[in-house]
Amino acid sequence: MLRPRITPCLLVRNGGLVKTVHFGEPKYVGDPINAVKIFNEKEADELIVLDIDATAQGAQPNFRLIAQFAAECRMPLCYGGGIKTVEQAKAIIGLGVEKVAISSAALESPRLISVIAEEIGSQSVVVVLDVKKRLAAGDYEVWTHNGQKNSGKSPVQIAQEAESHGAGEIVVNSIDNDGQMKGYDLELALWVRKAIRLPLTVLGGAGSLADIGRLIAACGVVGAAAGSLFVFKGSYRAVLINYPGQSQKEDLISSALNHG
Amino acid sequence: MIKIIDYGLGNIRAFQNVYKRLNIEVSVARNADELATASKVVLPGVGAFDHAMELLNQSGMRKALDTLILTKGVPVLGVCVGMQILARSSDEGQAPGLGWIEGHVRGFKSLRQDQLVIPHMGWNDVQPKSSTKLFDQLESKARFYFLHSYYFQCDRKEDIAAVTSYGTEFSCAVNAGNIYGVQFHPEKSHHFGAQLLKNFADL
Repeated sequence: MLRPRITPCLLVRNGGLVKTVHFGEPKYVGDPINAVKIFNEKEADELIVLDIDATAQGAQPNFRLIAQFAAECRMPLCYGGGIKTVEQAKAIIGLGVEKVAISSAALESPRLISVIAEEIGSQSVVVVLDVKKRLAAGDYEVWTHNGQKNSGKSPVQIAQEAESHGAGEIVVNSIDNDGQMKGYDLELALWVRKAIRLPLTVLGGAGSLADIGRLIAACGVVGAAAGSLFVFKGSYRAVLINYPGQSQKEDLISSALNHG
Repeated sequence: MIKIIDYGLGNIRAFQNVYKRLNIEVSVARNADELATASKVVLPGVGAFDHAMELLNQSGMRKALDTLILTKGVPVLGVCVGMQILARSSDEGQAPGLGWIEGHVRGFKSLRQDQLVIPHMGWNDVQPKSSTKLFDQLESKARFYFLHSYYFQCDRKEDIAAVTSYGTEFSCAVNAGNIYGVQFHPEKSHHFGAQLLKNFADL
């Protein structure tokens, strides 16, 4: 049986590991490579690393840091941040990264998704959508540049466009729920899940394994990504890299799928 | 020595890292001379079938590889697209494959299952079907990481080394004589993958 993926998402800024709340207040939480080593030991399903400053500052991807991640990481690795060209995507895959994540560049030019997919294969092209809810209207819009720019487009529309251009995975990241640790936006997750046939990974809001269980119960075999949950411990948000053990993970998944 | 073929595709470093942790000496072959002394060969690959064949044929290693595998009987392990090109052909392209294992590569799309999410991405069970040593000492619930949209369909039942279910039951590992292939990524499958790569080294 194909299992849902439980995926730590590490945010990187100036080479350090940080965690944000609503995409702001980046708090330094340690050395990212050390975190990768711990997730290796815990046998995490996958890892997502996002450089949150690269695009906002118009910077190149930090290839030296990516090479370090790729060398250390014993699980499939997805890297995002600052990727604007097919050359950059190829270079990153060449460093030993399984998947590249693009966001603003994919929104500006959906053709870029096809161009990259032709070179590295669809399965390695991930499109990340940072989504904010419009409170008055109750619908959703995709934002870019670390949550600074509103594209004015709906996540479902962009996800479907990305699928038709050859993306291999969609990551939906809730800006509203980022760092809140109060659960995923299940309504958003289910809406996008039903609109595409690609693998979906949901990020933003997980505060407990029960939250991951609720996402799996709602969406079935899906990627459940989390930052704070795997970086902090306890209500005082003490930094402690953590990840469920194998049997704990299996129990969580089977009970969630049975109650879905 | 085990040689990992670098023809511009696949995660060469990940294989080197796993073998380094296992204290097994490997090196990378980028040309026919470097390949010539191989006692075993790992053939990685990601991306499209035709692109992989084109790069392999242009690498200058194709003839040396044919001699090693087909004449000298050196064991080879194809991984992901490196496994798919062991077949004769693929739904994904027009180029002829290596044709070392009788079979054709089909797309999950061809199953016409509307609910099937493609690519097949994530950790799935692997059920050994033959007595191949590749799966020695792996626990019964061994699982591996998959990331692919096409799958290997063997012509001959005896070449199926292991199966996985996704939309259909497909050959996730193949073996005929000295030729081995796995669809999943042992280099990124934690201790399960490390054991499999060790088993290949111990053949």
